[in-house]
Amino acid sequence: MREVAIVAYAQTPLVRDCGARNDVELVMDVVNAVKQQTGFTNKDLDFFCSGSCDYLGGSAFAFVNALDALGAVPPIAESHVEMDAAWALYEAWLKIQTGHANTALVYGFGKCSQGDLPDVLTLQLDPYYTQPLWPDTISLAALQARALLDAGRITEEDMARVVQKSRRNAMKKSNAQLKGEYSIEQLLAQPMLTSPLRRHDCPPVTDGASAVILATREVAEKLHKRNAYITGIDHRIEAHQLGSRDLLNSSSTKIAGEGAGVKKGKVDIAELHTPFSFQELMVKAALGLDDSTVINPSGGPLAGNIMMSAGLSNFGEVAMRIIKGEANRGVAHATSGACLQQNLVAVLEGK
Amino acid sequence: MSEKNIELIECPIVLNYNFSAGRAPTQFLRSMKQGKLVGQRSPLTGKVIVPPRGACPESGQPTTEEVPLPDTGTVITFTIVYLPIPTSALEPPFVVANLVLDGSDQTFIHLVSGCKNEDVQIGMRVKAVWKDKSEWDYSMDNIAYFAPTGEPNVDIVALKASRLEEARRYVKAQGEKK
Repeated sequence: MREVAIVAYAQTPLVRDCGARNDVELVMDVVNAVKQQTGFTNKDLDFFCSGSCDYLGGSAFAFVNALDALGAVPPIAESHVEMDAAWALYEAWLKIQTGHANTALVYGFGKCSQGDLPDVLTLQLDPYYTQPLWPDTISLAALQARALLDAGRITEEDMARVVQKSRRNAMKKSNAQLKGEYSIEQLLAQPMLTSPLRRHDCPPVTDGASAVILATREVAEKLHKRNAYITGIDHRIEAHQLGSRDLLNSSSTKIAGEGAGVKKGKVDIAELHTPFSFQELMVKAALGLDDSTVINPSGGPLAGNIMMSAGLSNFGEVAMRIIKGEANRGVAHATSGACLQQNLVAVLEGK
Repeated sequence: MSEKNIELIECPIVLNYNFSAGRAPTQFLRSMKQGKLVGQRSPLTGKVIVPPRGACPESGQPTTEEVPLPDTGTVITFTIVYLPIPTSALEPPFVVANLVLDGSDQTFIHLVSGCKNEDVQIGMRVKAVWKDKSEWDYSMDNIAYFAPTGEPNVDIVALKASRLEEARRYVKAQGEKK
């Protein structure tokens, strides 16, 4: 296996509504920022891969328009996934493994403010039996939360503690959307949004983009003395029909975590893409992480959740902490689909 | 005895979006509302892009410098459409052309009319025919079509070469200023 490191990372501010900026204008900032961090031009980048979903902003072929941000003259090697850009990173990682590239720029973007996100996401459900009932993402997550509470796996206090930690960690992240110091009592006193979820148990709607650059060891060593290498990566998917899934356990995360080798060493930090508060507890359990791991030091998706970019951002967040020496070994996680249907897990190590 | 297959179910989907064109397109559309064509220049290549999307597609750099443009240009290529377009009130046959405005470096698509379709040629000089001011909106449709000016045709290869030279001169002059 070729050793692949994450050598650069940039993220736009996490905001509820980025105003007049279109997809190109969002992507341009992060693409140019990672190029600047590495000093790379397109000549140094062998492959480009992006993750986005045109349903979010309601603009057809937004991902093609976004290519204007790359400077694709002369033409470049490019690909796109209709998923979180963490899956685009997986494709780029594979491309490097095959020897067809030594470097790759990966970006994801979402301008979710233009539509009604919980309803838009209903379109990812089965179109015959489920989607015509219009169960929005928050309601589906609430079903999962209710099942966990009823099974005695979690309590409402556990959920509030996840929110408290997220808001507190986000205070250290300048571009976070939601942050602050809240007591458990304050949080539990909030009214229900979709029982048993309170508004703060749900991710905010966030506009933005993020980008990373991947490079082989030979290239990475010229950029940083210490680099964050992807030492394991795996992704798994569960059945589409909610009725045929075990909603109490994230079984796809468990298999992906084992495949990525999460348990082969101590995990210092983990950035988990768990949009709803209780899902952090599910993914943490599925990965077998204990309290010695700092979970979501960035605040995680409760502090800002750019659809199609949040999973990729987790790779960048973990990598930057490893490069800075704040951690040696970390886990980056991404999810997609209703109730944690698909999960991607990677282990990053400092060398 | 055979059961009838279910061949159709209806699942209406309605999603409302509050769409924003983007910073650069918004500037462009505001100018269109005033009856003006305004492009943006790439700081890296010196080329003038109209209508702008915010980025120079060659360099991926933001375009910010506004460049007012005339409503005259040249036909770079064209086609005569004989099929009716369901969403269009246009009666076929009509001419759709790829045009470049004077002083700009990126073509765009618009209609050419005001002459026989058979008389449209590559290199033909054209000028915008604007709709009545009362109909102006934030839209490319404010221009009804482009019509021939009667000037002699231009050699589009020479036109492209002179535009590239102009862009190079601009970049060089910018470099000297710094």
